[in-house]
Amino acid sequence: MTTIAEPRSRATRKTSRTNAEMIGWIFMRASGVLLIVLIFGHLITNLITDGGVHAIDFGFVAGKWAQPIWQVWDLLMLWLAMVHGTNGVRTIINDYAERAGTRLVLKSLLYLAAVVIVVLGTLVIFTFNPCPPGAPADLLPSFCTA
Amino acid sequence: MWSWVAHRVTGVAIFFFLLVHVLDTALVRVSPQAYNEVIGTYKNPVMGLGEAGLVAAIVFHALNGLRIILVDFWAKGPKYQRVMLWVVVGLWVLLMAGFLPVQLVHTFGSH
Ligand code: HEM
Repeated sequence: MTTIAEPRSRATRKTSRTNAEMIGWIFMRASGVLLIVLIFGHLITNLITDGGVHAIDFGFVAGKWAQPIWQVWDLLMLWLAMVHGTNGVRTIINDYAERAGTRLVLKSLLYLAAVVIVVLGTLVIFTFNPCPPGAPADLLPSFCTA
Repeated sequence: MWSWVAHRVTGVAIFFFLLVHVLDTALVRVSPQAYNEVIGTYKNPVMGLGEAGLVAAIVFHALNGLRIILVDFWAKGPKYQRVMLWVVVGLWVLLMAGFLPVQLVHTFGSH
């Protein structure tokens, strides 16, 4: 026989002192506002000014990352967009994947991909060499030969 | 309701693009030749149109995201949420009308 809790007995829902979902909710909004500035700046410099994608090559990237402001810009954009996007996709998996096992597999893949991409992207920004030895000079930014 | 679906779909699409985009940019660590070769594929017309679609998705997600934030934090947000949706659509049309000609010239114009 199932026992039914007495009327007016205390609710026994598990609560915790910090609320991770609440922090996530605030983060989605705060990062969203920052990402507007970061992404629109990124699109304007890379797709609109000076010939758009056609102007992008190794020399273009090297010229941008020679300036610390673009290193910081791209690093912030990478981290914020990846955490925002990963958290968003996590919500969607929770909504649609009904079996616990499916959720576990999908979320494991999601977190693995997120960590790989964030680590790789961060390493690329910090270890980038604009003038790799042995590369044809015409592919490099002009300051390499100066 | 449809704006919520569109927000989800654009969010996921941008996320998957971002994964690929970090990988292609990482080729700058391999060699200038490798990077230029792969970025060269972004310059063909099919990719140019795909890029236009991606920008359309990001602009919608960004504007609608601002609307969500206003609904949540601005006292009058819930009251004006429907009006704000039309503002989002209007701004989206305006921004895309500004961007598309530039993108099409870059994509199909002479280099
Ligand atoms: C351009 C600036 C952006 C703004 C203003 C923005 C804003 C928002 C907001 C307010 C939410 C709702 C969160 C909630 O309901 O708790 C959201 C969800 C989401 N965003 Fe963004 N976002 C931006 C960029 C991005 C980017 C770059 C990505 C991908 C990497 C992304 C992927 C997602 C995903 C997957 C969701 C979850 C959708 C859902 O749960 O229905 N967003 N965004």
